[in-house]
Amino acid sequence: MAIPDEEFLLKTTSACAGCPSSLILRYVTKAAGADTVLVIPACCTSVIQGVYPTTAMNIPVYNVAFASAAAVASGMSEAFRAEGRKTNVICYAGDGGTIDIGIQALSGALERGTDFLYICYDNEAYSNTGMQRSGATPLGAMTTTTPGGKKDQKKDLDAIVAAHNPVYQATACAAYPQDLYNKVEKALSIPGPKFMHVLAPCPPGWRFPSEKTIEMGKLAVKSGLWVLYERENGKLSITGASKAAMKKRIPVEDYLSVQGRFRKITAAETAEVQKTVEDTIARLQREVDGIC
Amino acid sequence: MLTFGTGNKAVAMAVRDAKPVVVAAYPITPQTEIVEEIANFVTDGSLDARYIPVESEHSSMAACIGAAATGVRTFTATSSHGLVYMCEMLHMSAGARLPIVMANANRALGPGWNIGAEHSDSISMRDTGWLQVYVSTVQEAYDATVMAFRIAEHTDVLLPVMINLDGFLLTHITQTFETVEPGDFIPPTATPHAIDINNPGGYGTLTPGNTHFKFRHDIERGMQASVPVIVETEADFARRFGREYHLYEEYRCEDADVVIIAMGTLGKEMEVAVDILRDEGVAAGAIRMRWFRPFIVPDLDGKEVVVIDRDYSFGFGGVVANELQAKCGCKPFSVIAGLGGQEVTYDDIAEFVRIRCPGKEHWFGVDD
Ligand SMILES: Cc1ncc(C[n+]2csc(CCOP(=O)(O)OP(=O)(O)O)c2C)c(N)n1
Ligand code: SF4
Repeated sequence: MAIPDEEFLLKTTSACAGCPSSLILRYVTKAAGADTVLVIPACCTSVIQGVYPTTAMNIPVYNVAFASAAAVASGMSEAFRAEGRKTNVICYAGDGGTIDIGIQALSGALERGTDFLYICYDNEAYSNTGMQRSGATPLGAMTTTTPGGKKDQKKDLDAIVAAHNPVYQATACAAYPQDLYNKVEKALSIPGPKFMHVLAPCPPGWRFPSEKTIEMGKLAVKSGLWVLYERENGKLSITGASKAAMKKRIPVEDYLSVQGRFRKITAAETAEVQKTVEDTIARLQREVDGIC
Repeated sequence: MLTFGTGNKAVAMAVRDAKPVVVAAYPITPQTEIVEEIANFVTDGSLDARYIPVESEHSSMAACIGAAATGVRTFTATSSHGLVYMCEMLHMSAGARLPIVMANANRALGPGWNIGAEHSDSISMRDTGWLQVYVSTVQEAYDATVMAFRIAEHTDVLLPVMINLDGFLLTHITQTFETVEPGDFIPPTATPHAIDINNPGGYGTLTPGNTHFKFRHDIERGMQASVPVIVETEADFARRFGREYHLYEEYRCEDADVVIIAMGTLGKEMEVAVDILRDEGVAAGAIRMRWFRPFIVPDLDGKEVVVIDRDYSFGFGGVVANELQAKCGCKPFSVIAGLGGQEVTYDDIAEFVRIRCPGKEHWFGVDD
């Protein structure tokens, strides 16, 4: 599917150089088109869109309280449907606003079959407040509240969402915009609750040079640490670059060692990360093969 | 139409008659009957609305915000822990100037676990920018709910309205009441800042201090503007449907030397107390405050004042008594009574007047 030239995220935003979130937002809005309202809880994106009275977005953006995005979207979506409008309602939220404080509202909205698309861009930390750990921060990563490296595993958000059986669920990564675009377009063509989890390699948070955002995303996928897939009506398909990674992967070491946040990761933790990758890929492969 | 039912049922029927497009709700005693009744109306087709059975009160107010942002009429109901749990969203809805209407069944907060009437829940939401009205009968619960939509949605106001009814004392008592057909009494919603796809903008974006300051001032303007809107709405209601309401209700005040002031059901009880005191030769009167926000001060010139608060601001005092004192310089005898549904009879209220001591505070049942 050809990506349109029309821009809804206008040039010059307050994002950091190399920001993955704005990249993702750009493609999400291109796929969604003009008849869309974004619902945004507190996160980096609250800053990226600019300061009143200006806005960097060419669609309506509703900024809401941290825990409330999916619930606000529920009300908005019901109101649009009641008025016979097809307007896309898209929550665009960080990992913290999704996996931690916002999970109750997300769970409720998915369970109620709300007609909306929820996109979690996952930069694996609370970046807006200065890089504290979130439930999505991976094992071994340093943040300002895990200065010795995080001792707990990343929360498995996708498994939690999958348990709600949304009509459409997908992962994507800022480094693969076409894959992301296709998935958003497909998601919005289906009525009901849709969920996408998009990896957002964040230069200041992950501590890598700002021109390496795409490279970092590609390493995540090539190491199998991030798998691109979609689940439509319960049927899982691996997409794009992850098809190759399901068979042959680079070691996670190649991904971890180029990020300052993993400077304190131990050998045992690295081995644990590698094991989690292998387990996840095996589990996803079994699901693809229909053995689960 | 004359009917018979509880305060909760009256609120639900008023909501049905006001025709909201979206209702989002989460149950909590003693409000639950309201949202159950509305769910029934939606199911049997007597109310053509979307009913969103959300997973929490934070989300019920959030869903109302999302719906109201598109320009449609919305309603929710809550009580006590539900109200304070949605506190953040009360600030968000008023700040976003969304005319959401909510019923709150006044109830104590734990611990200890108590479901009795107390105004501490709504009083603690004082500074959120919500209008607050306190009702005293089933009929008033119905009428105030109908009027709340018109007041909230008035383009001079555009602030949310909370209708407060004492838990159990009003939510669960049964009285006859008359419903109305609001028709054009409530004009269609015309939220000027409803989301417009053809004119996209950022809502609630980062706002510099000076502009934020102006927005806050605009909320206060909306509050001030609500006073004439309330007066006009209540006058039109009286004209059309024959029932009169005022900013506050006075009872035998003209020649009174001492007036008792309270809100909610205690405000109704004190009328009987006034009659008792008058029989004893005490020139008593009563003022039932209906609106706590905006705070509308009655004329208390030359009168002694006894204020009964079913609330308390710890480290400070009874809230209504202190706000009255701050606004009009009177020195009330401040009685704290009825917390957690504590029984307070009209005889007790008459006794408060007999033992009054200007400027002092009295905890009923503790200081006796
Ligand atoms: C109730 C509440 N608690 C805390 C905050 C402060 N806060 C704002 S954004 C944020 C972190 C956001 O992290 P995430 O959702 O991962 O998005 P990111 O900033 O990484 O884009 C926090 C803690 C808030 N706005 N509201
Ligand atoms: S901290 Fe990361 S996600 Fe946030 S604006 Fe900067 S680059 Fe983007």
